Amino acid sequence: MTAVSYAYAVARALDDTEIAGLTGVDGTAVRLVRHADLVVVVSSVPLADLDESRLERLDELAAVARAHHAVVHAVAAVSVALPFRLATAYQGDDGVLEVLRREHGRFRAALDRVAGRVEMGVKVYADQHATLVPAAPEGTGATPGKDYLRRRREARRSAEDAWQAAAAAARRVDTALGALAADRRHHRPQSSRLSGVSGDNVLNAAYLVDAGRVAEFTALAAGLGGAGTRVEVTGPWAAYSFALVGRSG
Amino acid sequence: VTEPGRWQSATPSARLARHGDAMLANGGLANGGLANGGPANAGSANLADVLERVLDKGVVIAGDIKINLLDVELLTIKLRLLVASVDKAKEMGIDWWEHDPTLSSRAALDAPQSEPTSEPTDGAGPAEVRR
Repeated sequence: MTAVSYAYAVARALDDTEIAGLTGVDGTAVRLVRHADLVVVVSSVPLADLDESRLERLDELAAVARAHHAVVHAVAAVSVALPFRLATAYQGDDGVLEVLRREHGRFRAALDRVAGRVEMGVKVYADQHATLVPAAPEGTGATPGKDYLRRRREARRSAEDAWQAAAAAARRVDTALGALAADRRHHRPQSSRLSGVSGDNVLNAAYLVDAGRVAEFTALAAGLGGAGTRVEVTGPWAAYSFALVGRSG
Repeated sequence: VTEPGRWQSATPSARLARHGDAMLANGGLANGGLANGGPANAGSANLADVLERVLDKGVVIAGDIKINLLDVELLTIKLRLLVASVDKAKEMGIDWWEHDPTLSSRAALDAPQSEPTSEPTDGAGPAEVRR
């Protein structure tokens, strides 16, 4: 069966012993493709395993995504690493080596930027319950229609207030945490349908933080919530959001 | 009902994935990587956070898309077009291709300059990707 060289991450040189036993997509053994002081972490994945019909299914996509992420995470724990995007695969290690040779300078510069640092994810949510139309109080008077409209107005006003508060909280969080970070990226807010998290995601940001300041960062974030808003911190992550490699060619 | 101002951490400490454990047990604590950063999250991370990162972030060898489509990064491109075509993904809020210059000519035109990206911002619209 045809197998491709599936690339997980490019990293500063590490020993084979440091990835011993590490497995990637579908349990395939991970190995290193080396050039100079850098390596690309790869495994041989049967081409059929990356079939489109498989990856169309969210559970299968999730399995591949988690396997990819697990390797990236493990490599970042022992070296300085930049993740490749999911399903970056080459027909053989020669193709991997060619890219590593050609992009060596850019890879090294990007690795230097993230060395000793981790990515922290921060999301700010505005509570959604503030936007619901409140139930009619018991024993309302003789003008139910007017009461309803009044409640609608009040609900709309409180929703706007909640949104304003959340936007202010997002700015406050981003300013405070950004000051502690070496770099930051703002991502599109996540849909609650995918994340399963309640509330409107009003800030979805990633911060590149010195590894030694993660506790400080997390503690600072913990104090930044406000009425009607929630701050969620994830990580440390490998520097996914800072894997900027300049355009080649 | 969520308490106002309540802070939630998605990564309680001591949640190391099996892989991470193995790596740490192998003695690889050097280099100031994630090992020094506190709780790891390889196994416990929210799927939305993982998908966002592995599908939408990370190194893309942009030049290869046009130069070596036949044998380099073919799967990445296929996958991204694939994801773009999945109605279910859109239903779930995965819609970044609409903002992705490599996948949408509209996004290429109004791509925000403030957000650095490893994507090419010109000449790599859907036509090139299909080629």
